[in-house]
Amino acid sequence: MRAPRLLGLHASPGRGLALLLAAIPFVLIVGGYWMASSARLAENPNDKLLPAFSTMAESMHRLAFTEDKRSGGYVFWQDTLSSLRRLGIGVGLAALVGLAVGLPVGLYPGLRSLLLAVVTFLSIIPPLALLPILFISFGVDELSKVVLIFLGTVFVITRDVYLTTRAIPAEQITKALTLGATHLAVATQVVLPQVLPRLLDTVRLTLGAGWLFLIAAEAIASTDGLGYRIFLMRRYLAMDVILPYVLWITLLGFVLDWTLRTIVARRFGWYEATRT
Amino acid sequence: MSDATPNGDGAPFLEVRDVYKSYGDKLVLDNIDLTVAKGELCCVIGPSGCGKSTLLRLILGQERVTGGEIRIEGGPVGWPGVDRGVVYQRYSLFPHLTVLENVTLGRRLRCGWLEFRKRRAEFEEEANGYLAEVGLTGHGHKHPHELSGGMQQRVAVAQSLILQPKILLMDEPFGALDPSTREDVQLFLLELWETHGMTIFFVTHDLEEAAFLGSRLLVLSQYYRDDRGVSAERGAKIVSDQRLHAPGTALSTRTKQSDGFSELVARARQAGFDPEHLQHAREFDLAHPDSVQTLTSEEDGRGD
Ligand SMILES: Nc1ncnc2c1ncn2[C@@H]1O[C@H](COP(=O)(O)OP(=O)(O)OP(=O)(O)O)[C@@H](O)[C@H]1O
Ligand SMILES: [Mg+2]
Repeated sequence: MRAPRLLGLHASPGRGLALLLAAIPFVLIVGGYWMASSARLAENPNDKLLPAFSTMAESMHRLAFTEDKRSGGYVFWQDTLSSLRRLGIGVGLAALVGLAVGLPVGLYPGLRSLLLAVVTFLSIIPPLALLPILFISFGVDELSKVVLIFLGTVFVITRDVYLTTRAIPAEQITKALTLGATHLAVATQVVLPQVLPRLLDTVRLTLGAGWLFLIAAEAIASTDGLGYRIFLMRRYLAMDVILPYVLWITLLGFVLDWTLRTIVARRFGWYEATRT
Repeated sequence: MSDATPNGDGAPFLEVRDVYKSYGDKLVLDNIDLTVAKGELCCVIGPSGCGKSTLLRLILGQERVTGGEIRIEGGPVGWPGVDRGVVYQRYSLFPHLTVLENVTLGRRLRCGWLEFRKRRAEFEEEANGYLAEVGLTGHGHKHPHELSGGMQQRVAVAQSLILQPKILLMDEPFGALDPSTREDVQLFLLELWETHGMTIFFVTHDLEEAAFLGSRLLVLSQYYRDDRGVSAERGAKIVSDQRLHAPGTALSTRTKQSDGFSELVARARQAGFDPEHLQHAREFDLAHPDSVQTLTSEEDGRGD
């Protein structure tokens, strides 16, 4: 009996058809946009809401490949670099601090008594509500943006590392002690290597929140960055820049996610295989 | 039989004296006395939830006694350490390490990174020797999840042996294996026991396994009576303690079919697993020469 190609529980579309199917929604979106944009532009050639693809390409070419007269750099790449740096430092620091706090708190009961309550309490503060405080205390430049991203992601990561550590069976820890592990070695040799792949997974998930805080901070106070540019262009209704920028942010997020996922799959095969 | 002295000289190898253990209000172990000689393969059975694993964790040092004391070679047990090895039913292997890394882990943790790197070849050769002994040559590069359950347990045994612990504690190590694999690893354990002359404390809920493997069979159970009155709260006691065969005697699977074997299994089952059959604590069948029993005056109302 042959499996149906498309419909029902038993469908097995095959590789080629699967790719084709996946492409369909994208084609529809692009095609729909193109039709709507053409229709509006036919009525009013100065319409700004749905710019033609050629207009977007022109604007992006100008931002990405011609030197900006005022700053002497390439605006698009400058924006990308600034944003990625803020995101990378903020989330990277959050991952390091989350690991350095979550793991010992999960493993050592004394530290747990000291820190668990306060970490849980702090994690409930909405980070955006802290933004004014950050601007007041760190000024409106780089530091407060990075700190916002850091604060927005560090608690989720800490709590996740904590829970992952707690989930390691007590048997394993006793076992390590019978093999001569010191209390420190249990943390570094037994728990840390098992928490690392999960940490990368968690960083993947918190990158979404990272972008949110990045764009919020850049929108409010900045002189460059992807979020800054989008909110700047809003004033001129420059959809021909805003739309490609949104697409670019999405693409960057996707590539970051894919990279982390690939690292986990390549470097931590046992984790992929034993995850339930 | 209450003052039988352990064989060997001086302090007994393992000594459990008047041990009580409770969790909250629940009394689990109730005045346990036990001495185990060096080289014994001591099997513990009992109904589910009677406290076998609890007793093992106390000897291991993973948990503290509520009352009484446990000594190994005369010294208090303390926290888990290299003098006691352990194999659990699960979680004995570290999932992030390869088989070879799991087996050499004891060496690495003991001597530290630097020395381990210097002597790596030597340690890996030693580990490969153990892997050969457990029949797993050529599997060193795999991760535990790539092995079958039986292979994983054999690696876990090799892992515990590398530091040559004084005693190996095993908590239902073969409980999750299918019957034929199980028989293989049982025979393999007996071989190891004979070649290394280890002392093993082996917990299982499978009576036949215990009677087949052990040189000594302990039955731990909450099904007994004493003079404390009906309302008193009771925990488990050792209700039967038998010598099975002299340590070091090779056994064949054929033993399992013999009459003596099935009679022994039937008696142990009645003593430990039958809630209707309540022996008085005074009349427990503690025939093993190392057996000790000290009853309190409440438990034994006739008084000493
Ligand atoms: N950490 C704990 N906290 C509270 N109660 C516990 C704890 N550990 C064990 N118990 C209780 O102690 C009793 C004995 O448990 P234990 O695990 O030692 O039994 P067992 O004889 O090993 O049983 P099984 O054959 O099912 O493994 C059980 O009633 C259990 O509920
Ligand atoms: Mg148990």
